[in-house]
Amino acid sequence: MKKLMVSSAVLALMVTSASANEVRVYNWSDYIDEELLEKFEAETGLELVYDVFDSNEVLETKMLAGGSGYDVVVPSGTFLQRQISAGAFQKLDKSKLSNIENMWDVVSSRTAQYDPGNEYSINYMWGTTGIGVNVPKVQEILGTDAPIQSWDIVFKPENIEKLAECGVHFLDAPSEMIPAALNYLGEDPDSHDPDVIAKAEPLFMSIRPHIQKFHSSEYINALANGDICVAVGWSGDILQARDRAAEADNGVEIAYHAPNEGAQMWFDQMAIPTDAPNPEGAHVFLNFIMDAQNMAQASNYVYYANGNAASKEYLIEDVIGDTAIYPDEATLNNLFTTTPYPARTQRVVTRMWTKIKSGT
Amino acid sequence: MQRFVLIAVPYVWLLALFLVPFVIVFKISLSDIALAIPPYTPTLKDGFATFLAGLDFENFVFLTSDDLYWKAYLSSLQIAVLSTAFTLCVAYPIAYGMARAPEEWRPTLMMLVILPFWTSFLIRVYAWMGILSQEGFLNQFLLWSGLINDPLTILNTNAAVYIGIVYTYLPFMILPIYAALDRLDGSLIEAAEDLGCSRFQAFWLVTIPLSKNGIIAGCFLVFIPALGEFVIPSLLGGSQTLMIGKVLWEEFFNNRDWPVASAVAVILLLILIIPIVLFQRNQQKQAEEEL
Repeated sequence: MKKLMVSSAVLALMVTSASANEVRVYNWSDYIDEELLEKFEAETGLELVYDVFDSNEVLETKMLAGGSGYDVVVPSGTFLQRQISAGAFQKLDKSKLSNIENMWDVVSSRTAQYDPGNEYSINYMWGTTGIGVNVPKVQEILGTDAPIQSWDIVFKPENIEKLAECGVHFLDAPSEMIPAALNYLGEDPDSHDPDVIAKAEPLFMSIRPHIQKFHSSEYINALANGDICVAVGWSGDILQARDRAAEADNGVEIAYHAPNEGAQMWFDQMAIPTDAPNPEGAHVFLNFIMDAQNMAQASNYVYYANGNAASKEYLIEDVIGDTAIYPDEATLNNLFTTTPYPARTQRVVTRMWTKIKSGT
Repeated sequence: MQRFVLIAVPYVWLLALFLVPFVIVFKISLSDIALAIPPYTPTLKDGFATFLAGLDFENFVFLTSDDLYWKAYLSSLQIAVLSTAFTLCVAYPIAYGMARAPEEWRPTLMMLVILPFWTSFLIRVYAWMGILSQEGFLNQFLLWSGLINDPLTILNTNAAVYIGIVYTYLPFMILPIYAALDRLDGSLIEAAEDLGCSRFQAFWLVTIPLSKNGIIAGCFLVFIPALGEFVIPSLLGGSQTLMIGKVLWEEFFNNRDWPVASAVAVILLLILIIPIVLFQRNQQKQAEEEL
């Protein structure tokens, strides 16, 4: 028994001492070129532990529980803002971030609305929430003039009703789907007024029977394999599905659009938790990511735009030249951003979302 | 002294792994949501008197104000009861066949039942997604054989949830029933047949009653985890699948409302305690009978 206690104490010591040389990163799934992770370890001699999640809610719960053990996490803007006010993050020591001058003011001016002065976070990637379609399949069903660039394709019952047979997925993210619906209805997408938010409900109820699933990561494979033909999802994810389908050469042809009526623009920010075991290593990681070539390699791999101006010259034409990733001025003006809901409104939103998803 | 240690072990186990977590969850269910780490108030850091004064049953009252929760409990009960029944229907013939198989085959058959446990549960549920999807093996096979002309939508419906639960918990049903049938004295059935029973009557009047304890144990082993199941409905179920496990997830993750989530969990536990107590009583009776 005593022996066991001694050995477990030794083990505990080993676990804590290991963290000095170890950086633990918690990022979104399918969100980095894994070669970069190896490069980081080779360049810095630090050991990298890289875990993934697929919803802001999961990350937020870990942050609010405290003691997550992560050194770098990647919440989206609205979630970041709320977690900053809960005291979950520490201010960045910019003297350790020599590459911070690479950042792009067009993005950092927008992220400042969540993190004033960008004191707690750096932008990793940003994108839009829009619609991915399997073009031949949708045109076969709705005809060649199918409104694939408009929210009409999913929010008009007569369209989605026909598309139901080949499968439609929506993101399971009320904080993005409800603003999209409000925007479509001509309301303020960022409204926090429960009466305005309630207007999204009848719209969703009218199309709900035709939505096969609300899920935030399954649609990548489902679109690429041809299991579904329409997904409301995140830009880069759908572009990844497009490339997987092209590689598989299975007759599936995916296109992504940030719809004409407007789409949400979101930002994934890297931040360091207050109780990070290795803040020193976390800064080294952030600086590594902000290196122009590294950031370009990440974007070239995942097809998301980044907030790094210096990286642009290293981006491949497929990324920098694609307006679905780096939107032109006109589309950029059509994009909107949102702010976090207060707790009481959040409950209204979640309850409505449960009702939309389950019918009760 | 030795006896004391022997008794202490299960009690320490119960205390550390059941009672203490339960008290913590119950405590959180009496507190209020806050934007802080941890996201509820009051905590013991505020001093014991303020802490006690801050607790109330508000969250439990809130659960009665919205029919979502009752519907979710009821629908979970329905899914758990039905899938337990389906599992029984599938497991009994398998267990019966195993018990009737030649002695030298039994270890192999037993292995075949246990073998899937060597693979991660999550991977096995994922495999079902591959089997049941529109482009999956099942639809490919049915289309190829000409039985259907259009692929069936099974994945993301309640049917897939039932399939997933029956598949996952099948061994938990087979093993206790097999254990009961294995012990069955074959001469009892011969006696029944000698006394004029048909084979079916002998099965119904002798075999089933004698394997009753195995059936009951198997049913509880399936029903209890199925009621709170979260992974299977979220991977295989669709948007209309309403289960309390998912509601709990939403309270906890989407609303960040740990107090209400804890209240939902406390009530789920109370619902489960009834069958657990019944199960215990059944076990006790069985032990007494054997003495």
